Amino acid sequence: MPGTFDGETVTRRRFMTAVTHSAGGVAAMAFTLPALGFAIGPLFSREPFDWQPIGPTSDFTEQTYVTRVLTIVQGIGEAGNSIAYVRKRDPAIDTEPEDQYNHFVALSSRCMHLGCPVRFVSAAQRFICPCHGGVYDFRGMVAGGPPVRPLDRFYTRVTSAGMVELGPRYSVNSELHRFSPRDPGQPLDGVGQYLYPKRFDTSILPQS
Amino acid sequence: MPKLPAPPLPKSLQPRPKRPGENGNGAVRPVEAAQEAGITVVDWIDERTSLSGGIRWLLFRKVPKGINWFYTLGSATMFAFLNQAVTGVFLAMFYRPDAAGGAYESVRYITDDAFLGQLVRAMHKWGASVMIILIFLHMARVFFFGAYKYPRELTWIIGVVLLILTLAMGFTGYLLPFDQRSYWATIVGVNINGTGPFIGPYLSDFLRAGPEFGATTLSRFYAIHMMLIPGLIAALIGAHLYLITKLGISAPPWIKAQEDPGLRESQV
Repeated sequence: MPGTFDGETVTRRRFMTAVTHSAGGVAAMAFTLPALGFAIGPLFSREPFDWQPIGPTSDFTEQTYVTRVLTIVQGIGEAGNSIAYVRKRDPAIDTEPEDQYNHFVALSSRCMHLGCPVRFVSAAQRFICPCHGGVYDFRGMVAGGPPVRPLDRFYTRVTSAGMVELGPRYSVNSELHRFSPRDPGQPLDGVGQYLYPKRFDTSILPQS
Repeated sequence: MPKLPAPPLPKSLQPRPKRPGENGNGAVRPVEAAQEAGITVVDWIDERTSLSGGIRWLLFRKVPKGINWFYTLGSATMFAFLNQAVTGVFLAMFYRPDAAGGAYESVRYITDDAFLGQLVRAMHKWGASVMIILIFLHMARVFFFGAYKYPRELTWIIGVVLLILTLAMGFTGYLLPFDQRSYWATIVGVNINGTGPFIGPYLSDFLRAGPEFGATTLSRFYAIHMMLIPGLIAALIGAHLYLITKLGISAPPWIKAQEDPGLRESQV
């Protein structure tokens, strides 16, 4: 049945139904979409980072690691801190190509199994994770246990005043190729880098 | 609409018929007026809502022969949830989701200083484990009794969603005391989420509200724990109960269906 008037293709009842449903949909979207965007917004906002000075170059040697506390998240006290193990680059064992960002090797203490803090045991020359038994050798390469890739590293640079500074974290695969920082548990060898894509919110090294 | 039968009240609760001479001169004594008052209020509400029919439909329904204590596990789980809801509301009056140390301090205050705080927190903490145990026992009962079969598949599916939501409550609630154990357990849990291919990295970013465990991670977990998931659980429990009442509960598998001789074809 067409409408009341000649040439009407939609009845008034159907038109009113459509208008009411559309108005309801618009009203629902008006509060759902902003709330949803609010909740998932942090996925897309890139974290800023500062180069953090960790001491003069004379503090660090090739032979052993020095522990440095760095702040990853400001304003939440101890929960925002993390630990870096820092030593001077040793060309005899560090086979990855040298550039301006790795005169000093800074390893993240975050275990690459599921993120517990590893500690360097100098007697064994190994990094040991307390949670599930991950073990890394002196260079941070996986020596045993469940970790899926070597320990993450930090960019380091030396200022003209002779201070060592820590930059953002980056991840490495088993050949120490650099990748943008991934979470623990995500392998980067083979198809790993495609299964676990880089994210929008991790801090990157500025072009310099 | 057919009239519902009167609820089968036990003898002791049924109204006693008036004895002759008890109310001889027709005057209403105060005791009788007090007795009438409650009935009047209930009547007033029922006349405007017709709730009594719904309550009768929900509570005074037929159950099959052979039901036993295993059939109470669902109610037990629901009461565990109610315990969590009530104690959780009162814990929220003292809790402060502040990652800089306020969260731990407020939990310490609840445990050490607040009157009955240790009891209420323990009820919430142990009640969480009790709820998980009961929900699995309830699921085992439904599974082994075959109660998930037609026409109750949707009840089962809603139950599975409730199970997942309950586990999510356990995960988000574990962080809130914000001590070493809960912090590192949450780091590990979020990273396990991150190992899912393709969406895992974004999922853990969503949980943390960023690439690192940050200032809003704790309040995010707190909001999910005390508003988002409880609302969903309450709504789905409502749907679960509606379906149970609508479909009736299933008989245990060892009860044989009784044949109605009237339905049998007459012999020729």
